[in-house]
Amino acid sequence: MSPAPVRPGAEAIAEKGWFLAHKWLLLRRFNQVGILALFLVGPWYGLWIVKGNLSFSYTLNILPLADPYVLLQSLVTGHAPEKLALIGVTIVVAFYLLVGGRTYCSWVCPVNLVTDLANWLRTRLGLKGGAHVSRQTRYWILGMTFVAAAVSGTIAWEMVNPVTMMHRGLTFGIGLGWAVLLAVFLLDLFVMRHGWCGRLCPVGAFYSLIGKFSVLRVRLPARAACNDCMDCFAVCPEQQVIRPALKAIGGAPPLILEANCTNCGRCIDVCSKDVFSFATRFGGSETALPSGKQVGNRV
Amino acid sequence: MDSEAKSRAKNSNAARRQFIADTARLACGVGLLGLGVGLYSRHATALPPAAIRPPGALPEAEFSGACIRCGMCVRDCPYNILHLAKPEEPMSTGTPYFVARQAPCEMCEDIPCVKACPTGALDHKLIDINKAKMGVAVLVDHETCLSYLGLRCEICYRVCPVIDKAITIDIQTNARTGRHTLFIPVVHSEHCTGCGKCEKACPTQIAAIKVFPIHMAKGQLSGHYRLGWVEKEQAGGSLVAPDVEHQYNLPEGMKYEVGKGLSKLPPADAAPAGPGTSPGLPKAFQGGKL
Repeated sequence: MSPAPVRPGAEAIAEKGWFLAHKWLLLRRFNQVGILALFLVGPWYGLWIVKGNLSFSYTLNILPLADPYVLLQSLVTGHAPEKLALIGVTIVVAFYLLVGGRTYCSWVCPVNLVTDLANWLRTRLGLKGGAHVSRQTRYWILGMTFVAAAVSGTIAWEMVNPVTMMHRGLTFGIGLGWAVLLAVFLLDLFVMRHGWCGRLCPVGAFYSLIGKFSVLRVRLPARAACNDCMDCFAVCPEQQVIRPALKAIGGAPPLILEANCTNCGRCIDVCSKDVFSFATRFGGSETALPSGKQVGNRV
Repeated sequence: MDSEAKSRAKNSNAARRQFIADTARLACGVGLLGLGVGLYSRHATALPPAAIRPPGALPEAEFSGACIRCGMCVRDCPYNILHLAKPEEPMSTGTPYFVARQAPCEMCEDIPCVKACPTGALDHKLIDINKAKMGVAVLVDHETCLSYLGLRCEICYRVCPVIDKAITIDIQTNARTGRHTLFIPVVHSEHCTGCGKCEKACPTQIAAIKVFPIHMAKGQLSGHYRLGWVEKEQAGGSLVAPDVEHQYNLPEGMKYEVGKGLSKLPPADAAPAGPGTSPGLPKAFQGGKL
């Protein structure tokens, strides 16, 4: 008889307590729901803090924010935006250069709530396997959306983009947009694990390109303390980003430099050995190794 | 040693083949997806006639590339007439429109929707709302228009924000009764902003006057047409030959004036009135010869 599967993070909960083992997850959910709430108190209660949606928003008639991806597609069709959008896009790009491009995915994007739910259910139901699609596919789709925009002269991807469709749907009325979101949910639940956000979504792919140079990173100052429990791999939506930094593959520094790390912080939560922490990409040193233990013990 | 190198070469060859096959599969799949999305988005640029874009909207082909579907225009419209297209609606998803019959544009003088647009999909060069070209009103159905039926309606004329320019009343004889007047509303596309107030106000079950996109409502003369009267006015005189006064072959004692028709000449005391002649009669009837 095989032992009952222990849910990832059980050890961390035992070690740190439930709250600390869910700290970043709770903060992240609070942030996601909070941003949605800021957008929704306007249309729902007439309290206009933020107008617009994730493509372009205007906060308190002071702060313009514009999505660089949709604006670049618009530019490719041959249209140059007005000044306000340019200011907005500059602020957004600067912000994600600081905090990490795909931080957008895990801390802001509403579809993350859908796909995280699908993944939670998939784990709960013990669904395994499914179609294999390369994680590079999203970059091909990203390229395709620009070609489609240039050739059709329209922002073609906006016809089907679930990210903007969901946010616009919540703030302006969703229509049949829920069907698209259901499709994303079912894809992640039954067809492939982390299918939409991890393999297909061109919005995430675009933001990952910004994230290549971003400052805020997950650092592994105590990677030597890793006991190979694999909990971080189990919860990470982009598992491939952890290994090089954790196992010092090719002499990698204890720093997750992969552009697709979403800075969700779940690895920090579930690690009972506190291997991970948020830090900048600059400086910082590895904590001294316990004698006799070698960095990068290969698995 | 040699066989090992060979097998390694074979392996790398197989890996290369696999890589090329995988890449080709990915490219084909994504290409098909792109084709679908591209065609779908192209089809969506055929805006349904009832959906009117906000003031200052660029021509549809440019608009669907310039509008980033943020809904700022919707939010800043004080009359809440604008909607963002839902995915199932037959136009570019998320783009703004209004339906004149439900709620027409109120033509705010400060045009807040245009000011709110961060990309210029609603052209910021539009500063006078009376210059807006959201569409053109067309009195499409003469059979149900109350004015054409002989009733005193003219509601479209009364509600028009550009009254007496965009819509005027053409007075015609009611040929059916022979004794009444028709007060026919006539739209002048030069001044019509396409706000849709006329369509909204039309009292018939289904509006007899409707706002259409300009490309659907307007005809266009071929480039070689010149309007003689316009050219003449511009040139300050006839361009072909000096106008010669037209010679009418009229009955004696009659005159003809443009716009007035035939009338009797004032009786002249001079010679023509000979004995036994009456000035109104043609020559053939004069002199008692008949």
